[in-house]
Amino acid sequence: MLPQGLALGGQPVLGPLDLAVAGGAVTALLGPSGSGKSTLLRLAAGLLPVPAGGSLAAADGRNLAGRTAYMAQQDLLAPWRDLLGNIVMGAHLRGERPDLPRARALLAEVGLSEADSQKLPAQLSGGMRQRAALARTLMEDRPVVLMDEPFSAVDAPTRHRMQSLAARLLAGRTVLLVTHDPLEALRLADRILVLGGAPATLGEVPVPAGAPPRRAGDPALLAAQAVLLERLAEAVA
Amino acid sequence: MIRGLIAAAGLLLLWQGFVWATDVPAFLLPAPGRVAQALLDRGDIIAGHALTTGAEILLGLALGALLGCSTALTLAAWPAGRRWLLPLLLVSQAVPVFAIAPLLTLWLGYGMASKVAMATLIIFFPVATAFYDGLRRTEPGLLDLAATMGASRGAVLWRVRVPAALPALASGLRVAAGVAPIGAVVGEWVGSSAGLGYLMLQANGRSQADVMFAALFVLALMALALWFATDRLLRRAIPWQPDSLFSQDMKATP
Repeated sequence: MLPQGLALGGQPVLGPLDLAVAGGAVTALLGPSGSGKSTLLRLAAGLLPVPAGGSLAAADGRNLAGRTAYMAQQDLLAPWRDLLGNIVMGAHLRGERPDLPRARALLAEVGLSEADSQKLPAQLSGGMRQRAALARTLMEDRPVVLMDEPFSAVDAPTRHRMQSLAARLLAGRTVLLVTHDPLEALRLADRILVLGGAPATLGEVPVPAGAPPRRAGDPALLAAQAVLLERLAEAVA
Repeated sequence: MIRGLIAAAGLLLLWQGFVWATDVPAFLLPAPGRVAQALLDRGDIIAGHALTTGAEILLGLALGALLGCSTALTLAAWPAGRRWLLPLLLVSQAVPVFAIAPLLTLWLGYGMASKVAMATLIIFFPVATAFYDGLRRTEPGLLDLAATMGASRGAVLWRVRVPAALPALASGLRVAAGVAPIGAVVGEWVGSSAGLGYLMLQANGRSQADVMFAALFVLALMALALWFATDRLLRRAIPWQPDSLFSQDMKATP
């Protein structure tokens, strides 16, 4: 909740707004580049200090810190660790004993082979690396998952497959998905919010019927995509 | 490798040709054959001095790398100390080692200690700056990720920033391996009773240009060997480092 908005470097980025993310559902946050959607996500992830007057709270009253997992546009795999080592990076950084069987199971679940698990990230394609990043995010096993344009760096068919995979594997978690891809939001989200204007404010957009992941060929979804695109284009102007 | 040998052979031919054509006296420029003869005749003496210089270089490299790494780590881990250490680091390089070489000899004596200190001083700077640069330039996304994973400051330093900075440290060590012989030889020139630098100075004074060239040849060989060994070791230790030459090789092999 940001009653006073947020300024970065003296520049107002976000207007007064209140972002409520429903538990156990996927909320997509759309907006043109520079609208402040990543800033909002970083606030939620605890990577930026919450400004004076603002607050960050979970519905159950407990602290959000330590209960979020973060997935970014880049895969952010450590180039010096093999794939399996990257999946258990969280435990490694916290000095815990890694749960290797679970890591292997997750690797298989995102479609990576046992042989891949011993390769260095540089030996893998962008799509495979992003799969590994998804597995690492799931390995953290946090109730809240924050995703910052997680599939925008991979090619369109890979993105499509990754979206279906993510929808299946993230079911039941509270997901805040920042994206600039209307189709991605419409396929995956239970709720779509659009950030627009300067300083930016939030607006809600209706989502098509049916549970995610929705079929990309659905006429209702395609019509909604056109509407959403218009809305985003307005948000820029 | 073969091309390198051909280039070396070409240079030798040029050298020999120059000596024949100009008939330059041997105390100014001996022919390659005479240098080789000197290398054979005085081999045991040269080898003894080379051993001294080699030990000085290796010790200086080890100490300088250790000192450089710990300085970089201190700078990265202790922000308040940066203001004190960084100027010191710069001053240590602003004063030319050549200028303080006599002082070091005075303090540490004519033995190996002053030469090792000199090599350490020369090596320390490239290692410290390259490693510190690497530590500062960790991919911000990785740091974000580590923060959301609940990593402590120590874990971020040792398990993210240090491994991420290893390729940068490797460049520093390569430079260090290249300049390490300078420190040792300069130290020997200023004052010593052993080492290739000492031998070269002696030979020069006695107009034994062939011995001087032979010592120089051995020194160059040692420097090359050190550089290649370091490079090889670093490549093996850090297989993930971005290296365009290496990736070209990988693409060439199907």
